[in-house]
Amino acid sequence: MKSNEIKALDPKEEIKGRDRRKFLKMGGLAIAGSGLLLACNDDDDFGNTLPPDPDADFDLGEGNLGILNYAYALEQLEAAFYAEVIKGSYYDGLEAGPKQMFLDTYNHEQIHRAFFKTAITTAAPSEDMVLPDLEFDFSSLDFSSEADVLGTTIALEDTGVAAYNGAGKLIDTSDDAGKAYLTLAGKIVSVEARHASAFRDLMNPNSSDFAGDDVLVGIGTDPAFDKAILPGDILNAVSGLGFITTPFTAKNLPTE
Amino acid sequence: MNFIKLLESLSNKELLSEKSSRRDSFNQFKNVGRNVALASIPFGLAASSSKAKAATSMAAVQEDTTAVLNFALTLEYLEKEFYMKGLESGVIADDDMTVFETISKHEDAHVEFLLNALGENAVAKPTFDFTGAPGGLELDPFMENGTDQQTAYTQFMALAQGFEDTGVRAYKGQAVVLSSQNDLLDYGLQIHSVEARHASQVRRMRMEKGWITKAENTLPEPFAPIYAGEDNTMQGGVQLAGKFGDFGGDAALTEAFDEPLNKEDVLAIGGIFIVPEN
Repeated sequence: MKSNEIKALDPKEEIKGRDRRKFLKMGGLAIAGSGLLLACNDDDDFGNTLPPDPDADFDLGEGNLGILNYAYALEQLEAAFYAEVIKGSYYDGLEAGPKQMFLDTYNHEQIHRAFFKTAITTAAPSEDMVLPDLEFDFSSLDFSSEADVLGTTIALEDTGVAAYNGAGKLIDTSDDAGKAYLTLAGKIVSVEARHASAFRDLMNPNSSDFAGDDVLVGIGTDPAFDKAILPGDILNAVSGLGFITTPFTAKNLPTE
Repeated sequence: MNFIKLLESLSNKELLSEKSSRRDSFNQFKNVGRNVALASIPFGLAASSSKAKAATSMAAVQEDTTAVLNFALTLEYLEKEFYMKGLESGVIADDDMTVFETISKHEDAHVEFLLNALGENAVAKPTFDFTGAPGGLELDPFMENGTDQQTAYTQFMALAQGFEDTGVRAYKGQAVVLSSQNDLLDYGLQIHSVEARHASQVRRMRMEKGWITKAENTLPEPFAPIYAGEDNTMQGGVQLAGKFGDFGGDAALTEAFDEPLNKEDVLAIGGIFIVPEN
């Protein structure tokens, strides 16, 4: 079963969230996405007052824990993807330089994945609040094909950059732990951006693609800014790729 | 407001301070992590409500963020002028023109954006000297003093890498200060990752990896501070050194996390190229 069982939202919630956002961002130059709340079932009227259903899909949770689980889900996806890449014949046939880029990136994403698992397990009040190991299906990709491997690499890295950029403001930095989480997100997102740049240049060397207008936006200026995209839109886009086969929900993530 | 005063006003200045105290701060975070941060503080506290509460003194917040934006503007002024002069000087190899035109365009837009955001609070552009004379160097990246193109371009590329990697660290170091204002944090992060794209590209053109291994670099020795602390292996209060033998070891570990720099260290680097006033 693909995770695109993620459904549209409860319209009431959407309006409420959107109004609140509009209010808080009044006067700002907000360009953030629509911030869809993802919902998998229809019990929103009762919310958390219902006893937890042991068979229910995992929910990323709320507050900073939810954001950490969200980042962990993306890192699991990247780590699993590169694990397939380095077993494939496209990788095998690469020259030393590009091969090292993929191997390094595989290592970095494995390290990010392991780091989040440790950090969230330490931080979460109980183990059942830690996102479990997700399962993936990359059978739609041909790992001997440059277009498939390099194209997906670039898409995932660009998505990672926009996702971390969009999640920064959702981190509650009112305590030291929150401040550390924001700094950690910053430490990781620039590495994702370094990856994105390098693989974009591998695809089209010496062009402007490493930071191309196709991926940047302007803020009252020419394009010169990476995107900052909210989790709802990122998760919709990622679930659309069909790689994640373990369903989970993101009903309680902060939206501001 | 000078930046020392600003540093003192940060709610958690240890995080942005030198390495030893940052380590202490992470240890503290580790110790209190489970008990305080996640038990006594309700985890469900929405970011917005806590931010609204934190913003009891809007004036103080405004002052801090203005100082950060002016700090960013100073760096962007430097980058903008550097690439503009590079493009005008003829030092750049033909094959690399597209890359540097692209970077230059972005730095122009960053300056434009920050000037718009700051309005009348914007600092004036300092006088830059890319020979590095203010820092005791004698570079000639624009072939203004008779240096041949090849040597000058080597210097130009090294400076470009240094400025971009410094820019990444500088923005990263200010994220927590900007977090009191969602929009500004967004914009700061959106510039931060573009600087990282630039850095990766220039590094690779210089035959380095796009990412930073430990504190290694191929820049002249005076630029060592640009990479100081990039070999940190402690993340989130956890010592990760030696734990990733199957995944590239400590080299890959340090590549996987970029490290912030505080304002003081960034301005010390920038000061090599800024002519002191009177």
